[in-house]
Amino acid sequence: MLDILKGPVEATQDFMILTGQAMRNLFRRPHYLDDVLIQMDSIGFGSLFVAVLTGFFSGAVMGLQMGRALGQYGQTSRTGEVVAIILVRELGPALTALMIAGRNSSGIASELGSMRVTEQIDAMRALGTDPIQKLVTPRMIATAVMLPCLTVIADFVGMIGGWVVAILVYHLPTRQYWTSCWQALEWSDVVQGLLKPFIFSFVVSLIGCYYGLRTTGGTQGVGRATTQAMVTASVLIFILTTFITKIFVATT
Amino acid sequence: MAQNDSILRFENVSVTFDTVEALKDVSFDLKEGQTRIILGAAGSGKTVLLKTAIALDCPSAGKVILFGQEIQNLREQQLFDIRRRVGILFQEGALFDSMTVERNVAYPLISLRTASESKKNVDRSKDKPAEPTQSIRERIQQALDFVELGQTLKQFPDELSGGMQRRVAIARAVVAQPPLLLYDSPTAGLDPITAHTIVTLIIKERDLDNTTALVVTHRYQDGNLAANFRYNPDNAQLEPDPTAAERTIFMVMREGKLVFEGSQRELEASTDDYVSKFVKRD
Ligand SMILES: Nc1ncnc2c1ncn2[C@@H]1O[C@H](COP(=O)(O)OP(=O)(O)O)[C@@H](O)[C@H]1O
Ligand SMILES: [Mg+2]
Repeated sequence: MLDILKGPVEATQDFMILTGQAMRNLFRRPHYLDDVLIQMDSIGFGSLFVAVLTGFFSGAVMGLQMGRALGQYGQTSRTGEVVAIILVRELGPALTALMIAGRNSSGIASELGSMRVTEQIDAMRALGTDPIQKLVTPRMIATAVMLPCLTVIADFVGMIGGWVVAILVYHLPTRQYWTSCWQALEWSDVVQGLLKPFIFSFVVSLIGCYYGLRTTGGTQGVGRATTQAMVTASVLIFILTTFITKIFVATT
Repeated sequence: MAQNDSILRFENVSVTFDTVEALKDVSFDLKEGQTRIILGAAGSGKTVLLKTAIALDCPSAGKVILFGQEIQNLREQQLFDIRRRVGILFQEGALFDSMTVERNVAYPLISLRTASESKKNVDRSKDKPAEPTQSIRERIQQALDFVELGQTLKQFPDELSGGMQRRVAIARAVVAQPPLLLYDSPTAGLDPITAHTIVTLIIKERDLDNTTALVVTHRYQDGNLAANFRYNPDNAQLEPDPTAAERTIFMVMREGKLVFEGSQRELEASTDDYVSKFVKRD
């Protein structure tokens, strides 16, 4: 029994150490600003299309389902409200984070993993560069900035998706849809909608870095690290989103 | 040449990964001006030995003394200063594939600069002054000319052949003029002619800059060249040198243990089955 637990416990411990080091480097020189910008570009703009696509279709699907369900109670006019709340609170953050985990946790893991197996990480350490400072912290910062931005964009595009469905399928007036969207949203929704992606961003970047940096076993190992990073990050996002929602539901 | 100063000393060093004992109770003393050739089967711990020498891998027991300083308990930040005095060529080359050849070779020089700039509360006068890029450029050019690849500055590592990448990696290892060099399998995977070029470079570096070195190799010829030849700068060729042997020591690793240590003559005289497998008499 203890043996089964030993692996995960040690892994969690190592992950926490990595997180601690990455955080501490925020306050330590040298800062690799170039790398932060490069990562913002690759994580942020590189994922924009995916985020927009996911946002649009989840909004549209939700519009379709909600419009029909609400129609049974004669409440089709409230479609915008429901779409907005679910998108901003839940689906926008979770789906965007999942997409970005699929794209970037795995991307980061394979990039750092190949650096690890080709001894580039060792070379960095040998040449006086802290790989955590140079590789992990910039990815962490970049994701923490970009994921909330992408989520906001995905939320908005999702509402557009809902709107397209609302006018084309349920023939709602545009004005009614958007008014009900805006009126439905409260500050706590916005806070929740931004806090979630901020927290998820650390999962996405640090899980990717963690699996990348501990890669062993050549090219095969890189493949393994990539898959593990994506799966772990996705599962953690599901678990975390439930917990955070629970906290918000309890406090409001 | 003074042969008494210890550059790198292992005292009963063991290195363990999870269940694998990669090094078992290894002791040796690398003196200034010596070249040690490390032979051994794949997985016998040669790479781990080199990495332990600069604390990239950490001993579970024993002491590693590098330039007179015990390094096994130092923190990563404290190690940076001391690692800067060691050049290392990794088995996989380890060139940064996102950077041009020029940036790769510049890396030790620039990283040296930012690291010393980032240090606070230290005696500034002791720090190396920030070098102007011009002089960095000259040193890069020198290092690349040294490996005869002066024309490749703007290329990326994956545009070069395996042998050229190896030479760029050597340029990066020597550019900061470290007194100690560690070469991990510099000739592995190369054709015999390219391999000969690489060994010539290693001997050239040894003879022109009087560096101390650990050379991991599976080719006995590499050790044989190092032990019997010197670099002649006039014709850029190797020539026989009877005095090289006394500065060249062979070590043989087996399953993490150091099973042989001695001169080429002693190695060739060894009757041990495992050890004599590494000697090619031709
Ligand atoms: N980071 C590591 N984690 C786990 N095992 C390792 C690690 N590095 C090396 N080993 C193991 O240590 C042993 C010696 O490896 P190495 O020094 O690379 O051999 P070689 O003599 O071929 O260079 C091997 O069994 C290898 O699997
Ligand atoms: Mg090796």
